[in-house]
Amino acid sequence: MLDFFMGHYAYWFTMILLSVGLYGMLLKKNLVKKTIGLSIFQAGVILFFVSVAMKEGATVPVKADGLPVSEVANYMNALPHTLMLTAIVVGVATLGVAYALLIKIYNRYGTLNEEELLDKIQ
Amino acid sequence: MIGSEIPALIPVTYVLFAILIPLIGLWKREIVWHLSLLGTGITSFLSAWGFLHLINTGETIRYYFGGWTPPIGIEFVYDGLAAFIVLVINTIAFLVLIHSKEISKLEFPGKKMPYYTITMLMMLGFNGMVLTGDLFNLYVFLEISSLSSYALIAIGEKRAPYASFRYLIIGTVGGSLYLLGVGFLYTVTGTLNIIDMHAMLPQVIGHSSVVAALILMVIGVGVKAALFPLHGWLPDSYTFASSSSSALIAPIGTKVAAYILFRVLLFLFGVDLIDDQLPVTTIIGIFAGIGILYGSIMAIAQSEMKKMLAYSSVSQIGYIIMGISLANPFGFIGAVLHVLNHALMKALLFLVSGSLRSKEGHSLITKFNNSYRKKYPWTMAAFTTAAISMVGLPPLAGFFSKWYLALGTIENSNWILLAVILISSLLNAVYFFRILEKVYLNDPEEESTEDTEIIENNEVGFTMMFPMAVMALGLLVVGIFNAYIVNIIFTMFPAGF
Repeated sequence: MLDFFMGHYAYWFTMILLSVGLYGMLLKKNLVKKTIGLSIFQAGVILFFVSVAMKEGATVPVKADGLPVSEVANYMNALPHTLMLTAIVVGVATLGVAYALLIKIYNRYGTLNEEELLDKIQ
Repeated sequence: MIGSEIPALIPVTYVLFAILIPLIGLWKREIVWHLSLLGTGITSFLSAWGFLHLINTGETIRYYFGGWTPPIGIEFVYDGLAAFIVLVINTIAFLVLIHSKEISKLEFPGKKMPYYTITMLMMLGFNGMVLTGDLFNLYVFLEISSLSSYALIAIGEKRAPYASFRYLIIGTVGGSLYLLGVGFLYTVTGTLNIIDMHAMLPQVIGHSSVVAALILMVIGVGVKAALFPLHGWLPDSYTFASSSSSALIAPIGTKVAAYILFRVLLFLFGVDLIDDQLPVTTIIGIFAGIGILYGSIMAIAQSEMKKMLAYSSVSQIGYIIMGISLANPFGFIGAVLHVLNHALMKALLFLVSGSLRSKEGHSLITKFNNSYRKKYPWTMAAFTTAAISMVGLPPLAGFFSKWYLALGTIENSNWILLAVILISSLLNAVYFFRILEKVYLNDPEEESTEDTEIIENNEVGFTMMFPMAVMALGLLVVGIFNAYIVNIIFTMFPAGF
C-alpha cells in the first residue's frame, strides 16, 4: 500500500493541485482569486505532463557520445515538455483575457466580489 | 495541384486576414467589413471547392505540415465529415458577417477593427479544430477559438463582461480537462495522432487510464458543446453578447464542439470500443435527453427572444449529441444533418433578433404585436420559416434530421429517447408559435385602434435582409434536396458502421 502511494507521489501532488484549483474557482467569492484558482488548475495539468516524461537514469534529449539513439531508455521523452511550452503560453493568454475582462467588470460595477456583483446586477 | 492544399489554405487565409485587418484598419477604418467578407468569402469558396473535389474523387486529403509524416508530424485530415463541417461553418460565418454591417454601427460603434480581427481568429480556431488530425493540436485550436469567443462575447451589453468571465472560467476548466485526457491517452499509446491512436487503442482498451481519458475528454468537450449539466455558461453569454456575436458563436461554436465529440467517440474510439469498459453512449444519451427537455422548457419560460434562443440551443445541441450516442447509421445521419440544419436555423433566428433589435431597440417577446407583420413582412417571413423548421414540419430541413434521429432511436429500440424527440417537438411548437401568434393574429382587445393606425413598411436594409433570405431559402432547399445530402453523408461513416 505504501509503495502504491510512494510510487505515484508525483500524481498525488497533481491531484492536490487540481483540487486546490477547483476549490479556488468554486468557493472563493473574489473574481481575482477565481483566476488564481484557474492558474493553479492549469499548473496541475502542466506538471502532470512534465512528470509523465520523467525517466529514472535518463539524460536530456540531446545526442551524447557513447549513448546510442537507438536505446531510447537513455533519453527522456522531450515531446510532453514541448507540448507544455505551448500549454503555458495558452495559460498566459487566458490569464491576460481574464484580467482584461476583470478590468471591464470593475469599471462597470466598482467591485470584484461575486456576491456584491450579483446584487448590483439584479 | 491546389486541390490537395485546401486543408492548409483555409486556416492560412484566416491568419492572413487576422493580420491584414488590423494593419489596413489603422489606415482605412471603413473597409474592415469588406476585408472580413473577402476573408470568409475566400474560405467559403475554398471549402465549397474542396467539398466538391472530395465528392468527385472520393479520397481523403491528408496534408502533412512541413513534410513530416505522421505520427511524428502534425497533419490535417480533410475527409468527408471535416469538409462538410468546414463548408457549413464558413458559409454561415460569411452570411452572418454580411448582416453585421448595420449591427456593428449600432451595438459597438468604433470597435469594428478589433471585432473583425477577433472574428477571423475565432474562425481560424474553429476551422483548425475541424481539420486537425492531432489531439494536442486540437487543444491549441480549441483555446484559440475559445479565447477569441470570450473576447467577442465581452463586446456587448453591460453584463456581457461578467457573462464572458464565467464562460472563461468554465471553458478553461473544460479545455484543461480535455488536455489531461489527452495526457492520459498519450501515456498509454505514445502517440497524439488520431488515426495512429485509433489503431493502437484496441491493445490498451482495458487500461484504467483509457477509461479516465475518455471520461475527461467527454466532460472537457461537453463544456464547450454545452451538453446538459455543463451548459451553465451558455444562456447568459448568448443573451448579453452583441447580436452579431451571438449569431456567429451560437451556430458555429457548439457545433464544432459537437464535431469533436464525433471525432473522439466515433472515430478515435470507434463504435466497437466506446462501450467496452463503461456504457458511455448510454450515459451521454441520458444527459442529451434531459438536456433536450430542460432546454425546451426553459425556453418556454423566457420572455426575451435571445435568451429563449439560447436555451433552445441547449436543447438542439442535445439532438446532435443524442445522434452520436445512438452510435448507429441513422443516428449518425440525423446528427450530421442536424449540424447543418441547426446551424442554418439558429443563425437565422439570431439574425432576426438582431434585425428587430436594430429597428425596435429590444427583442422582448411580450412587446411583440401584430404591427410587426406589416412593418417587417420579410423578416417575419424568414422567422416563420425558421420557426416551422425548428418545430419540424415536413417540407423544411428541420423535419428530416429529427426523422433520421427518430429512426435511429427505433433501430436501438430506445423508446424513451423517441418520446423525448416527440415531446420536445411539441415544446418547440409552444415557444415558437406564441411569437407567431403575437405577430400574425389580431389581439381582440386592441382591434379598434389597429385599423385606424396606418403602419408603414419599415423593412430592414439589404445587407440585413440578404443573409436572412439566403438562410430561409437554404432551409427549404436543404429540405427538398435532403435525399441528395443524405447520400453524401453515407460516405462519411466512421469505420464499424
